[in-house]
Amino acid sequence: MSLEPGDTFELRVTPDPYVTVRYAGASGDFNPIHIDEAFAKQVGLPGRILHGLWTMAQVARAHTDAAGGPDKLERLSVQFRGMGKLTDEIVVTGTVRELNDGVAIVESEAEQDGQRIIRNGEAEVRN
Amino acid sequence: MPVKTEAIGKRYEPTTYAVGREKIREYAAAVGETNPLHHDVEAARAAGYADVVAPPMFAVVFSSRAVGPALFDPEIGLNFAMMVHGGQEFRWGPLVVAGDEITTAASVKDISERGGMGFYVFESVSKNQNGETVCTATWTNIVRGV
Repeated sequence: MSLEPGDTFELRVTPDPYVTVRYAGASGDFNPIHIDEAFAKQVGLPGRILHGLWTMAQVARAHTDAAGGPDKLERLSVQFRGMGKLTDEIVVTGTVRELNDGVAIVESEAEQDGQRIIRNGEAEVRN
Repeated sequence: MPVKTEAIGKRYEPTTYAVGREKIREYAAAVGETNPLHHDVEAARAAGYADVVAPPMFAVVFSSRAVGPALFDPEIGLNFAMMVHGGQEFRWGPLVVAGDEITTAASVKDISERGGMGFYVFESVSKNQNGETVCTATWTNIVRGV
């Protein structure tokens, strides 16, 4: 399938209560704010928060699913804002802004509970 | 207190990461990747890959190990208590597959201060055993109240 200017795609994912534990093990990022409820509260957070790079992986997955495979994604940059929470649905949206020599330039964001926790996503996706 | 900028351009000792098949499967499961290329050796081989394929964001796994020493470098003096991960960029080359050995070199790309916030930008370049660049990453960390 090929991406054309104006095309949009969406990925919805609801992080289960233990996703940060699995991601800590998979990624090697054991920062306790992601896996220890008491520690997270002690440092002023509402509770354990998602790893930003886990959420970015959802944004990446939205692109590779839409484009038809992991080999299509050439570049992805994002900004993180606020914090991602467990058990609330995240909606990733992408919009193809333009084609540049056959490479789709895609803008994206990830939203949870009305907060854009990933903003200004920009990707280059090979068609 | 102004940010310390002496470390701009500093390079760190490269690290080499051996990519394992089960590690790729574990990572793919943790981020919800269901594409058989990431789980099923036969599917990966049928698509022309030597073994299961790492999702692009698996770059975090092999490159963060190289970036760690930069983050903790006392010459930079990053204040972790006030740090947030502000932004991230990955630029990918050939896909990484199980069995690859990836060598990553990290460096300090920029340190600056704007509006009372410190911006610490690190770069990592990861190459496979054939010398091909599989990923270039830019890690931006923001420290409030510098």
